[in-house]
Order: sequence, then structure tokens, then C-alpha cells
Amino acid sequence: MKTQYIGKPVSRVDGLAKVTGSAKYSADFKVEGMLYGYIVSGSIAKGRIISIDTSGAMSLKGVLQVFTHENVSGLPWFSIKYKDMDAPTGSPFRPLHDDKIIYSGQPVALVVAETFELARYAASLVHVSYQEEDFTTDLVKNMDQSYKAPVGKLGYVSPKSRGNADEAFDQAAFKMSGSYQHGAEHHNPMELFSTTAIWENGKLTVYDKTQGVSNCQFYIGNVFGLAYKDVRIISPYVGGAFGSGLRPQYQLFMAVLAALELKRPVKVGLTRQQMFTFGHRPVTLQQLQLSASTDGSLESIKHEAFSETSRFENYTEIIVNWSGTMYNCDNVKLKYELVGLDMYTPVDMRAPGAVTGAHAIESAMDELAYELKMDPLIFRLKNYADEDQTEEKPFSSKELIACYREGAEKFGWTKRSIGPRSMREGNQLIGWGVATAAWDAFQAPARAKALLSIDGKLIVSSGTSDIGTGTYTIMTQIAAESLGLKIEDVTFKLGDTNMPLAPLEGGSWTAASVGAAVKGVCEDVKKKLKKMAVKTKTSPFYDTSSKDIVFDSGIISDVNDSSKSISIVDLMRIAGVNSIEETSTSGPNPINKMKYTFNSHAAVFAEVKVDEDLGIVRVTRVVCAVAAGKILNPKTARSQILGGVVWGISKALEEESKMDHQYGRFMNHNLSEYHVPVNKDINDIEVIFVEEKDDIVNPLGVKGVGEIGIIGVAGAIANAVFHATGVRVRNLPITMDKVLQIAEDDKNQVAV
Amino acid sequence: MTTESAVLEEPVVKKQELPEFELVNLTINGQSFKLKLQPWVSLLDAIREYAGLTGTKKGCDHGQCGACTVLINGKRINSCLTLAVMRDGEAITTIEGLSDGVVNHPLQDAFIEHDAFQCGYCTPGQICSAVGMINEGRANSLEDVQELMSGNICRCGAYNNINAAIMEVKSKMA
Repeated sequence: MKTQYIGKPVSRVDGLAKVTGSAKYSADFKVEGMLYGYIVSGSIAKGRIISIDTSGAMSLKGVLQVFTHENVSGLPWFSIKYKDMDAPTGSPFRPLHDDKIIYSGQPVALVVAETFELARYAASLVHVSYQEEDFTTDLVKNMDQSYKAPVGKLGYVSPKSRGNADEAFDQAAFKMSGSYQHGAEHHNPMELFSTTAIWENGKLTVYDKTQGVSNCQFYIGNVFGLAYKDVRIISPYVGGAFGSGLRPQYQLFMAVLAALELKRPVKVGLTRQQMFTFGHRPVTLQQLQLSASTDGSLESIKHEAFSETSRFENYTEIIVNWSGTMYNCDNVKLKYELVGLDMYTPVDMRAPGAVTGAHAIESAMDELAYELKMDPLIFRLKNYADEDQTEEKPFSSKELIACYREGAEKFGWTKRSIGPRSMREGNQLIGWGVATAAWDAFQAPARAKALLSIDGKLIVSSGTSDIGTGTYTIMTQIAAESLGLKIEDVTFKLGDTNMPLAPLEGGSWTAASVGAAVKGVCEDVKKKLKKMAVKTKTSPFYDTSSKDIVFDSGIISDVNDSSKSISIVDLMRIAGVNSIEETSTSGPNPINKMKYTFNSHAAVFAEVKVDEDLGIVRVTRVVCAVAAGKILNPKTARSQILGGVVWGISKALEEESKMDHQYGRFMNHNLSEYHVPVNKDINDIEVIFVEEKDDIVNPLGVKGVGEIGIIGVAGAIANAVFHATGVRVRNLPITMDKVLQIAEDDKNQVAV
Repeated sequence: MTTESAVLEEPVVKKQELPEFELVNLTINGQSFKLKLQPWVSLLDAIREYAGLTGTKKGCDHGQCGACTVLINGKRINSCLTLAVMRDGEAITTIEGLSDGVVNHPLQDAFIEHDAFQCGYCTPGQICSAVGMINEGRANSLEDVQELMSGNICRCGAYNNINAAIMEVKSKMA
């Protein structure tokens, strides 16, 4: 069969719905008789609620109830019932459970009223008095409390050291040491978290913003003691999530609680301020020590990371492990520890761990290259890892060299002068930096259903999610191609627990996981059609071999004799079959997984211009060359990488949730003070997908592109800033004050 | 330590006076909506919750993100920063009003073609803002478009594609 759709730049199949306003996000479902909930956020970081005065709110006409820990009962005592599929080890937060306050911004009451405005006003009349306790939210001041990160969170693997890095470091000719710090970040998808819950005839229907409808069904079923079959979660469109939707958020709990108690539909949405109260990318401190011999071969890598977590859960991510696989080196010493603080548990945020670790290791590589007086790209090539030294396994495929080559060529890297402060344009110092990125190519078990009806239309469904990633589109492409249909005859549906089970949508694994299930189920339908073709007496293929049958654009024909053909519609009609329905499960190949390491890779080249007087950094050009296996749709995949690069620019230069340690609260909890790039901040971004064929990783040969675009960007930019200014800012984001301050503090640096 | 201790003393519960419901006549996409609402209802919530047109999105409710951008008499405005009662009788255009169901506004088609969105949540605001910007007649170059579209945040980072879509439409209009 000829390729028709896979690999083609098909425009999003949900594009029309999105540009006309008809795409329904979680807050867009209006239900008859719906009430509005507004959440009251606690104002202290730690302590106890002494009393909550709800009388002012309750006295208002139109306020139905104010839920607090004092009047919510009958929910499970054991915190294990609150565990969701992405929960780290520990004891999950239980909203309105008791009088304890364990973090600032914790929801302490839910006001439910006839209108949104009334609920909001009534919430302002709820008065809470607290008994405060001592708390601490500063990672830097609590490093002595660190402990080894436990295993147990989905996907987490402990770091493995090898050789003797201490000894090699001591004896090496060239070395560097550096400490790197990352501020906290919040996902801030444009869509606010919102849930509408409807309790009717013993069944619960919930419209939610989530990256996993099944996870929410599991959570709600367990918390409220409902049978899973009586809980339906629907989430057809998600207005961005970036990891924040992996765990059920507290507005879901609140809406369901109120709907069950009041027996009326309830919508509860969070404010933008409240979007800073349920998990973030953790503050992380890293120590890097690298050494190399005189020819530029890496002798040792020592990488330690310390991350904050809450007091009640051990949030873990893979930060330092990447230093063991990124480059060829026999002596590697890795350490990853956590520090519990009085804050909410961090949650996965785009490329969790990898983006944090990559900034540090890629900056350190750049620093060592300067010590060696080697071009940083040549230094990376010199230490290229042909195999995964940690697991002692080959990569299923690794076209990183092609990324370096094609990226460097497009960027014009060879024109780079090696010294810092050696390129300028008036008062703009110009710097070029490079960095490498890697991410896991996961696959998880997934199910999909296909329904082919007699009009030749195919509906494929799976309970996955599309957070802007393009799931609707690529699944439609895979289905159309697998069954040889025209793309307009295929509809893909997702985001409903009535559909077959799919894993959480994250970690760049949806294309592989759900894609394999969609391909599998369409192949099952095809088998049925082939059988029908050779068994039906009036079929042109009656009593022939099904091996020669091919499918294209809804027509079944003989591969050797194209005049012998029948449309799928006609075949089903003569066979007297109204519809064909199949459900199929697919999962990773465990033998391949044991034999190989599956990684996607990228090389990022960045140009910055730094104002010599003010220290303002602008990213003027980025080239991101990606090796991620088969690219199913270059249009939507390019958008994913563009978005990743924008996130990387943001991480490098703009975003940080600033904690006021005096109050244990994030100060800049709004979109005017939490800086993310606006249109004017973004300039040229070039995306390259290098050819990478991989028959081992999964049946589609895809590796996913959600994460790989962001990982190398902050490192490339930090390195470019050094190249431009001679100032090494190891603390993200790189803001103008840091650039100027470091230049001033370090007598060896030329002032910027 | 006890904070907000004042309320502990003697909570005085007064019968609260709530704002009266008023009849407001909003003209949205050429259609008249006679809505009974209180003056504290923002235009954004009136459009979404009272008129039932959910294409216009709430991203911050503070005029910081641009997701709620609509057109009033052809001018772009953050609908979360104006009250519905202030817009009685004015011509409001939302994303739903840019397409007649058969023929789209050229920007809508260009956004699809250039993949000028990912999650799509900021898209109605981006498109309305772009229509408003073109009406203003100040955007003469890509740099102008970047500057004048900077009131609409796209967290997915589709800016380059948004600009490509706008530039294409502008070039066809010229």
C-alpha cells in the first residue's frame, strides 16, 4: 500500500473547531440548573484553622452552601484512597479533610451559589482564623535536611554511578566546577482548571481539564466511594497543560463534592492566582564537576542535584541520570536528593528533570571546552556516546551526529569566533551557543476501538487526550493510512472514559502508545474485510488468496490486477454486514526494551544579542535539529518543537515563581508578574527533523516530540550569553540584573 | 499566633444588599441578546455564561493574557475588563461572528493552514485581536505585528506561525 498520510503535513483535523470557537473546553459546558463554586484559598503556609466564619456568605440570598472541613464528612480517612496514577510516594493532599494547613494557598472552603459573581463575592466574606506554626520554604537554607530520593513514582529510576570519578577528577589535566540553580516554575496553561460535575440517577458525569480521563475516574471513584462504571469523565479539548493535568487537581474534588451533596450540577473553576497553588517545577540546586585529558576526552563527570518537595510526598524526576548517558565517559558519579519543605508537591512539567539536568551539564561542557580552548561543538563530538554506558546497551537508533551536522550548517556555526566578547554589532554583544538534548522514547499499553460503518466511515476512539499536541490529527492519519481510507472518512475521538483505556497523556509517549493501538485495531478491521472479500460469493475476490488484496482510498483491489476491485462500502453491502467493530490492545515489546535504550535527541544552536550597557539579553536566532524517529506529521511536530524552543527561551530568560520565604507564598502569582514570552520576545526559530529510521522502538518507529524541543535550549542560550559577554550566569532565569551583577562582582570579568 | 483575630470577636452578620438585576441589551454578532444580569457581571462572563457563546475564553480575568479579546465596533478589547452594562447597544463581535458557518474570515483559514495554534485556547482572542489590529491600520511590517500582537499570550508558543498567518492575510489584502 502506498503511503498517503503518515509523514505528510496534514492540517489539524480539529483546526476548524479551534478557529471558530466551537471547540468545547472544560468550562464551556453549560448545564441546566448549574451552580457556580468559588474556592477560598488559605493565607498561611503552615498551621491550623481555628475557626471559619461562613455566616456572612451564607446570609446572602442565592448562596447554597459553604463547604469547609467542618461540614464535609464521610470521605475516606486513609490517604491511599486519594492516590492517583501519577502520585509520587507519600501521602496525597486531601482537600477539606481536617483543620491542618500544610501549604500556602491551600483550599480551605468552597462557596456554591447561583451565579459566579455571587459565589466570588460570598467567598470574600468567609473569614478564617488560623493558628500559625513555624515553616520553611527555602531549599538553600535546608540542604542539611536532604535525603536520598526514593523510587516509586511512575518512570523514576535511581541514578547509577560507574568507575571512580573522584580519583579521575583529581588526576585530570583540565577540569571545571560549577553550581547551578533553577527557580520554581508554574505551567500556566492558558486555560484555567475548571470542572463541571453532574450527579443524575446515581451516575456522575464530569467535564474536566485533564491529561488523563481514566486517572480522574480512578481518583473520584476511590475518594467518593463510587463504582468506576458510574463515573464518566469527559475532556475533549484541553487548553494546554504541560504536565499540570497529569494529576487530578482540587477543583475536580470540589465540583464533585458539591454536586453530590447539593444534587445539582456544579461548575468550579480556579482563578489565575490559584493556578499557582497545586504543583510546580521544583527549585533545584546542582553541582557539576567535569574533567578531561589534554586531547579533550572526558575523564570524569560528577553531578549532584538537590530538589525541593513537599513534606507529604516525594516528588522525583530524572535529573542527573542524563549525565551518565549523554557523553562517553568511564567515570561517572551521580547523586540526587530531596529536601522536604512546607509547600505543595511539585508536579511534572514539560521535560521534567531532563531540562533541569541538561542546562547544568550542557553549561558545564561549555565551561570545560573553554578550559580546553576547544570549540564546544567539536568537544561534544569528541565525546560522543555510541552506546548507553549506564545500561550497557546500544541505542535503538541515534542520529545525533546528523543533528549536530545539519544544525551547525543551517546556523553557520563554522563562522563562530571562539573567544568570549569577540562578536558585536554596535553596543550589542553577540554570542553563539550550542547544547545537546536527549529524552526517553517511552511506550505504554493502550487500547483503541474502531467502528467501520456501511457508509464507509470509520470512527476510531481511545480515552487519550490532545493538549495541543496534535493527537486528534496524527491518530486520524494513522487510521486512514492503516485501513486505506480517505482521511475525510475517518474520525478520531478521545477524552472520554467510555472509550477504551489509554495511558496518561505525557512524557512524549502518546504517539507511540495510542498510535500503536490505533494502527493495531485498524489492521484487525482490515483482516476482517479481507476475510469477507474472499468468503463472500459475489465478491470479485471470492475464493482467492487474501495475500494479494490491497486497500487504498476506500477501494479494495488486487495488487497484481487493478481491474479486480470493489469498494469497502460495496463489499459490506453484498456481504450483508452493517458495521465492523474491533477493539485492540497494544504495548511495548519487552524483549526490545531489554536489549536497547530508546532515546530521542536534539542539538540546539542559539544566538543572543546582549545590550552592553543594560545587560538585556535577546534571543535572535535558534536552530533546533531533532532526531525523533519517524515524524508522523511535520506540520504539527514542527509546532511542538517551536513551542518547546519558546519554553526553553522562557526558562533561560524569563520565567520564575518567586517565593516570599517570610510568608511561604509565591509572590508573582499572575501573568503580568510571572513572565512568559509574548509575541515580540520570539524571533527566528528554525526546526530541522533529521532522518532517523527505527524499526525497534515501536511499530510506528516514532519517538515523540513533546519534550525534546525544550531540553537543550536553556543550555544553548546560557552558553551563548557567556560567548557574548564573558559572564557565566549559572542561575536561571538569566535576567539583566544577574548579568550586570556578575560582571561587577567578578574582578576577572570585563564589565559588560 | 492568630491572624485576622478581629473576626473572632463578634461576627456581626448584616443582611447584605446585593446588586439588582437589570435588563441589558447586548448586540453580539448582529444578534440581540436581552439579558437579565447584575451590574457586576463582566462582558466576558455575560458573553460566556449568559449569552452562551463560549468561544471567547477566560485566561486570567485581569486583562493580562488577551484570551478574552472581542471586537466592539471593530476595536479590540479585553472583555474581562469591561462590564456588560457598559456595553448596552454596542456592536460586539466574538469569534463565532467571524465565520458564517460556510465562509470563514481569511484569518481563520490562514490560522489553520499555518498551524497558528496548538491547544487552541488563546486562538479566538488571537484572531479577534488580529482583526482589530488590521482595522487599526498601524501594522506595516512583521516587527509591527510582533509588537502589536504582544497583548495576546500563547503559552504553546505558536507566535511565529500566528505571525505567518497574519502576514499572509495582510499581503493578500494589500
